[in-house]
Amino acid sequence: MKNRLRVLRAERAWSQQDLAERLEVSRQSVNAIETGRYDPSLPLAFRIADLFDMPIEAIFHNPSKEP
Amino acid sequence: MAMNKAQKRYNGSVLFLMVGYALILFGVVAYNNNHPLHGPLGYLAGVMPALPVIGVFFVMGRYLVEETDEYLRAQAAQQSLIATGITLSIATAWGFLENFSLVPHIYAYYAAIVWFAALGIGRCFMTLLAREESA
Repeated sequence: MKNRLRVLRAERAWSQQDLAERLEVSRQSVNAIETGRYDPSLPLAFRIADLFDMPIEAIFHNPSKEP
Repeated sequence: MAMNKAQKRYNGSVLFLMVGYALILFGVVAYNNNHPLHGPLGYLAGVMPALPVIGVFFVMGRYLVEETDEYLRAQAAQQSLIATGITLSIATAWGFLENFSLVPHIYAYYAAIVWFAALGIGRCFMTLLAREESA
C-alpha cells in the first residue's frame, strides 16, 4: 500500500531506526511499510497515525481510490 | 542487527536444544554400539535424539506466538510455510519414486533435515524478494 511514511519521517529528520523505536517495532518493519512491501495491521496503522497526529487516510493511500 | 526479546529467546533455545541433540545422539549411538537397543527401554532411548528436534519445532511455534513485531512474525510464518511446502513436496515425490524402486529408502527423520534446510532457503528467497521490491 502506498503511503507518505518516508516523507513524514524525513520532515521530522527521523531515521528509520528512530521511527521504529517510537513505534516499538523493528527497523525492518518500518522499511517494509515505507516501501509498500508490507501493509500494517489496523492497530499498528493507528499507532503510526497517533504518532504523526494525523488520520490514517492522510498517511496511507486508499488503494480503492487510486486511479 | 539488534535482536528483540522473542528472537533472543528463540536463538538461545535452539542453541540449547542443538547442543542437547548432539550430546544425546552421541550417547545413544555409543550405548547402542555396545548394547543394542531392545525392549521398552530401547524404544525410549531410541526416541530420545528426536526429542530436542521436536523441541525446535515447539520453539518455532512459541516464537510465532511471542513475537510482538507483526512484520517479523509474518516473515517467520511465511518462511515456515515455504519450508513446509518444500518438505512435503520432496517427501511426497520421494515416496512415489521409492515405491517404484527408483530411489533408495531413506529414514523418515530426513524430513526434519530437509525442513530446516528449506527454512534457510525460504529466508534467502524472502530476502532476495524484499531487495528486489525495494530496488
